[in-house]
Amino acid sequence: MTKYVLKRIAMALGTLLLITFLLFVLVRIMPGNPFPSERMSAEQIANKRAEMGLDDPILTQVVNYMSKVLRGDFGKGTSLYNGAPIKTVLGQCISNSFRIGGLAILIGTAVGLLLGITAALNKGTFIDGFATVFSIIGVCVPSYIFLIFLQYFFSYRIPFFPYFFDNSRFLFSSIVPSLSLSLFTMSTIARFTRNEMVEVMDSDYVRLAESKGLQGGALVRKHVLRNALIPIVTVLAPLIVDLLTGALVVEKIYGINGIGKLMVDAIAGEGVDYNYVLALGILYSALYIGIMLVVDILYGVLDPRIRVAAKEGGDA
Amino acid sequence: MADTTTPIAAQVALRTDSYTPTPADFEFLTNRDITMDQNFASQSYWKGVAIHFFKNKRAVVGLVIVAVIILLAIFGPLLSSYGYTEIVSATGADGKQVVARGIAPQLPFGQLAGVDHGDLFADKSFLFGTDDLGRDLWTRTWQGARISLIIAFVTIFIDMIIGMSYGLISGYFGGAVDNIMQRIVEIANSIPRLVIVSVLAIFMPKGMGLVIVALLLTEWIGMSKIARAEMLKLKEQEYVLASRTLGAGSFHIIFKQILPNTIGPIITQMMFSIPTAIFTEAFLSFVGVGIVLPDCSIGSLIEAGFNNITTLPYQILPPIIVLALQMLGFNFIGDGFREALAPKLEDM
Repeated sequence: MTKYVLKRIAMALGTLLLITFLLFVLVRIMPGNPFPSERMSAEQIANKRAEMGLDDPILTQVVNYMSKVLRGDFGKGTSLYNGAPIKTVLGQCISNSFRIGGLAILIGTAVGLLLGITAALNKGTFIDGFATVFSIIGVCVPSYIFLIFLQYFFSYRIPFFPYFFDNSRFLFSSIVPSLSLSLFTMSTIARFTRNEMVEVMDSDYVRLAESKGLQGGALVRKHVLRNALIPIVTVLAPLIVDLLTGALVVEKIYGINGIGKLMVDAIAGEGVDYNYVLALGILYSALYIGIMLVVDILYGVLDPRIRVAAKEGGDA
Repeated sequence: MADTTTPIAAQVALRTDSYTPTPADFEFLTNRDITMDQNFASQSYWKGVAIHFFKNKRAVVGLVIVAVIILLAIFGPLLSSYGYTEIVSATGADGKQVVARGIAPQLPFGQLAGVDHGDLFADKSFLFGTDDLGRDLWTRTWQGARISLIIAFVTIFIDMIIGMSYGLISGYFGGAVDNIMQRIVEIANSIPRLVIVSVLAIFMPKGMGLVIVALLLTEWIGMSKIARAEMLKLKEQEYVLASRTLGAGSFHIIFKQILPNTIGPIITQMMFSIPTAIFTEAFLSFVGVGIVLPDCSIGSLIEAGFNNITTLPYQILPPIIVLALQMLGFNFIGDGFREALAPKLEDM
């Protein structure tokens, strides 16, 4: 198991390094100008290029950049935030994004599981139907549309929640964005849990446990839920990734200073900010690879079959 | 018994010479009535799939929704008398041009609410209303749906061709080829779509091209995985061996013999990829790197609706509803197709 985990971690780090390299080379060799050329003279641009080391050979640039990144230094933005160090800006943004995203995952998973379990235990009833309709709507409507509606009705029409994010009332003003972000996670998990549970409850070993006289909560907890939950861990990874994408628009709409909004500002403004694109690209890739890694390992820990296979085969 | 001294060839020649078969030789002597068993008659594979698909209520609902949206996307803009970029205006009583700004949904005989333009536009029909610049939203919504669908269909079709070929080739050759091709997929798969879009935004102009390229670069991966898995399943089958024994080349075996058998799962994957493409387009246009004005797509219409939500709250509804229905329809079709391809015993 340890060998398997170490191997996975090494692979993830290798991939991340390769992606960083690719991103840097792509951003540098692609045509385009990192500076707003209308507002700067040729001399200014030449000075700026020299200052940023853009005239060095590309390999020197890569090595310089990577060694800086490893020390946590992402350089300065070319147009955003008046050239403040990216590291400082990122620090604030990451904490905002993580708190809202974390809350959304928490709400989504908890309510989704609850809804899915209730639906499966009451298969064929009104509750089951409600859960199905709910999860269909949740999957078909993007999270930012829920946010627009919540914002319109509960912040504008009935001014109960703040219209924009307010850092001084963090928890209160994160309710609306977290809730709308969590709906996709919630409905996917609810649907998945329900289907898995129905399938497991139909299996031979549950029937055996039932015929031995086990019933009620103990049966569900010990036999059904344990096996139904394993596949759910695998959907959690793509869900969190979708959440990252959804958070982009949600942060933009609700005025949250997070990495999503930063990304939108970096690519959708007048000119694209090269350094922010690079830094955020590395950050997003790292997050993405990290999530995949954690879920892979978690899956191995949860499912004894994989754990055993990994132990016996050396690698799985 | 024939004599053993004559050579075999001569014997055969002897027999065909002596007797010419007639069609009557191949018919029953008595007039026996043989009826085919109808109850357990075998049906062709695709006929079976179609029967299962149409038995599924959800799948049929999905099909109807998608068909209606496609029809409206084709004919909707033609049904209206305005162009999708046209600003509707009329000459007022005092000779001034009045623009039909922010008219709520109305039919010629009365409107629900909105800005009062007097009697100028009272006899006009704006089923979805007009936007803040005075453009007819019915026309714009269906034009937007048209763009979204075109983007989705074009990209998913190209992605299918790329992904399918990649997966089939990788699975067929196996070994080192497969190993290298799968490492490439793994790396491509660990770059988030968002990052690809942002890098593209550096050197590509914002617009439809950016959305299409972004989707092309990401959606083929899922398709190639499905195709590879199917290939691994199918390449050990006897017909492949037979084909190879008869001297068929790899290209022929992959694309002529195995590909037709992988079509089912690939179509299912396409049906699930189309909503992803529509979703991505809406997302990118909303953020501002997708479709640019005066063109419109579902995403840019939602963004415009969001910007005017406090003044013209109805404006955001049509694109949202169309988006949700598209997602719903394609998901239902995909589900129905998947179930029809692998029907469970209890559904038979």
